Amino acid sequence: MTEQELLPSGHPKIHHLEMKNIVKRFPGVLANDHVHFDIKAGEVHALLGENGAGKSTLMKQLYGLYHPDEGEILFDGKSLRISSPADAIRLGIGMIHQHFMLVDTLTVAENVALGLPSSRGMLTDLDKVTERINELAKLYGLDVRTDALIWQLSVGQQQKVEIIKALYRGAALLILDEPTAVLTPQEVDDFFVILKQMAAEGHSLIFISHKLHEVMAFTDRVTVLRDGKNVGSVQTKDTDKRQLAEMMVGRQLKPAKLLDQSQIGQPRLEIKGISALNDFDSPALNCIDLEIRAGEILGLAGVSGNGQPELAQVIAGLRNETGGTILLDGKDITKATPEELIQIGVAFIPEERNRDGLIREFTVSENIILRDLNSGFYSKKGFLDMPSIAERSKSLVAGYKVKTPSIDTPMKSLSGGNAQKVILARELSRNPKVLIAAQPTRGVDIGATEYIHDMIIQQRSAGTATMLISEDLDEILALSDRIAVIFHGEIMGIVDRADATPEKLGLMMAGERIGEEPEC
Amino acid sequence: MRVRWSALFDALLPLIATLAALLIGAIMLLILGANPISGYAALFEGAFGSMNALADTAVKATPLLLVGIGICIAFRSGVINIGGEGQMILGALAATGLGLAFPDLPGIIMIPLVLVVGFVAGGVWGGIPGYLKARFNVNEILSTIMMNAIAVQGMNFLLRDLMIDKLQKGAARIPQTARLSTAYDLPRLVPTRLHLGALIAVILAIGVYFFLWRTTIGYRIRAVGLNSHASRYAGIKVPRYIILSLALSGAFAGLAGAVQVYGVNHFMITDGTAAGFTGSAGFNGIVAALFGQLHPIGTIPASFLFGALLVGANKLQRVTQVPAALITALNGLVVVFVVSSEIWRRKNARRRAIQALEANKAGEPQPAIPVNPQEEEHHVG
Repeated sequence: MTEQELLPSGHPKIHHLEMKNIVKRFPGVLANDHVHFDIKAGEVHALLGENGAGKSTLMKQLYGLYHPDEGEILFDGKSLRISSPADAIRLGIGMIHQHFMLVDTLTVAENVALGLPSSRGMLTDLDKVTERINELAKLYGLDVRTDALIWQLSVGQQQKVEIIKALYRGAALLILDEPTAVLTPQEVDDFFVILKQMAAEGHSLIFISHKLHEVMAFTDRVTVLRDGKNVGSVQTKDTDKRQLAEMMVGRQLKPAKLLDQSQIGQPRLEIKGISALNDFDSPALNCIDLEIRAGEILGLAGVSGNGQPELAQVIAGLRNETGGTILLDGKDITKATPEELIQIGVAFIPEERNRDGLIREFTVSENIILRDLNSGFYSKKGFLDMPSIAERSKSLVAGYKVKTPSIDTPMKSLSGGNAQKVILARELSRNPKVLIAAQPTRGVDIGATEYIHDMIIQQRSAGTATMLISEDLDEILALSDRIAVIFHGEIMGIVDRADATPEKLGLMMAGERIGEEPEC
Repeated sequence: MRVRWSALFDALLPLIATLAALLIGAIMLLILGANPISGYAALFEGAFGSMNALADTAVKATPLLLVGIGICIAFRSGVINIGGEGQMILGALAATGLGLAFPDLPGIIMIPLVLVVGFVAGGVWGGIPGYLKARFNVNEILSTIMMNAIAVQGMNFLLRDLMIDKLQKGAARIPQTARLSTAYDLPRLVPTRLHLGALIAVILAIGVYFFLWRTTIGYRIRAVGLNSHASRYAGIKVPRYIILSLALSGAFAGLAGAVQVYGVNHFMITDGTAAGFTGSAGFNGIVAALFGQLHPIGTIPASFLFGALLVGANKLQRVTQVPAALITALNGLVVVFVVSSEIWRRKNARRRAIQALEANKAGEPQPAIPVNPQEEEHHVG
């Protein structure tokens, strides 16, 4: 083997990997219909498609979790059978799952060593593992402390650990399953720098994503799947976001346009001088002043970790404020409990959908009633009113276009987009006065994103005062009437949508204040 | 057709697992020089062979079922109650104390009263760890176990002193109470030892099923157990439901204690241990509940099966003259086999569900990697 064939990690490159005419059937479904996919050493190849398009199925066959019914997988022209992830790892394939496969209470080195035979038999060889990790970290610019415990690390650092884990096992080709879904914008930037370097060194990277701007910014080639079939494969430099989106959904996307503002009414939600602490008792919010009027959407832009979830929690009654007041239609609701706020008309779409918004083991209809047991719709004298629960669940599932086999299906069987629609159905069917929507389309496919946006706009027309918290500037710009930017727990300023540009917002997100200093 | 076969197989699986456990037990019997066929014949005979045997099985199953349905409530709310023994004792002491204090009332008044008092006393004993957990985040596994120790010593003290049978004073001083008024004996259902308590337990099991799945409180208890974050966000006062479910869990164990006294023993005596009174029903009820998949209705046959093993094993021991430890080992084997078969069945069911889902949804299967079974079975661990 010549010197050029080796990666910095010392493992051989995979010059050309080809998946040919892959057919994968599940009972009643053709998940992959003669799909073709190939990737060369040093290439970053995006695999794009909506939920259910067959991308994960295809990649699971490459990683040995599934076996193709037809077709073959060629390594540098040689047809090989991958019967398990262990096989895949031996062949130099690594996979980074969307949800990290790390043990929180172990150190970085222990996680990397986990599952591998030790060079000392029954005894651990963590010193050797540590040495090798440091070597890899230096080669690839992945700075992590090997003795840190996983739970102490930020999500971005945990992802680096996942990459080191794959490199340690000799990965030449990495499958990245929506790797940026959990990262903050800065972490995404860091992450891309690392990945670009890896590609330059000869690694092959398969990038599964919904996010078109990341695909455009970072990949060499894009393959789009739809309904289990190849739609096309294009060089990234020869395409644009709109074309890719159309390939994915197979229809024209609506352009973002300014909304008619004639129906904006009186101030509805007034946040005055709110301060609060985070979970670690250090200041998270400092003197937040915001006002949202009836029929208005206020976008709250900002890089993650600047106090957005804390603000949402204070409004929803889940976090105590250390100062300030919140008024709804002039009435003080600062001290109201979550239960009272639901009844007053404050709807909340939480950022962490699976943790806060849903009970995954409950059925769809059990989740629909979650926040409305006291509404009178679902219970009589302490007993659940099963017929009316079923009836209303069915009508909400149909009305909000939730795709589910039945209302008795466990929530965890639903895709992210459909799960979010269930939350939307629950929160909006109350016709709330105020809607706090935190990252409402995170991890949701394009079709569902568009639908969720439509529903938020429809609620705006009904007079709801909406706070849209999002890290996605495209989303903020598409929906908001006014945009506030939060940085280090303070509002940097508020601009009208008409005056907002990504550049201006970007400066504010980096900490440039255009408004006055807060007064308290 | 395939689906129906698999459903039948699933239903028979616990039975198959029990048979497999008995097979290993047979080997142990052979090693001890006993004939397994006649031994198991005796076990079956002892548990199911006659009206009396069936009644004894049901009587043994009653405290297991009552404790078990309480365990279902606690586990469904995400807390683990290991305090069944102590809660049974408290229920029994309170009910016995009341019965001794008022020996001359009509049974129709006193029987419901002592059962309610047993229920309440067990509830208080379970509610204390519940409060400690909700208020100070005290681990309920530790606190319920410690409450067991307090209950046993409390029982020993009371039976030696305040509640001791007057006839024992100055005599042998055996720590036991006087016999309770025969007017308070739980009525027999048929001319066997089967008493009203068994019927009450079955009715309550059905009631608890309705409570958990058909009432708003039950719904909230299950919500808290599955996801306390989402419950808080939904406006549910999580600490309140943790206290409530531990108190209810204790209450059913307390009722089991009262039923044991008024249905079977008719007085209290202590040998210094908890098991001397409870027959370890406070622990075995947990196994029965797990066996019944933490479902109150499933706990009914599960308790009956364990009752059968306990009763039949006595006969097996008498017939084959094997050491008593073998019986304990046999019970353990059954638990291991049935619980393992249950885990296997769940994995199987998940695989089938995923296939069905894919058939429905034309798309990507949900779990990226087979999910660790413990994730779903956090209540076992």
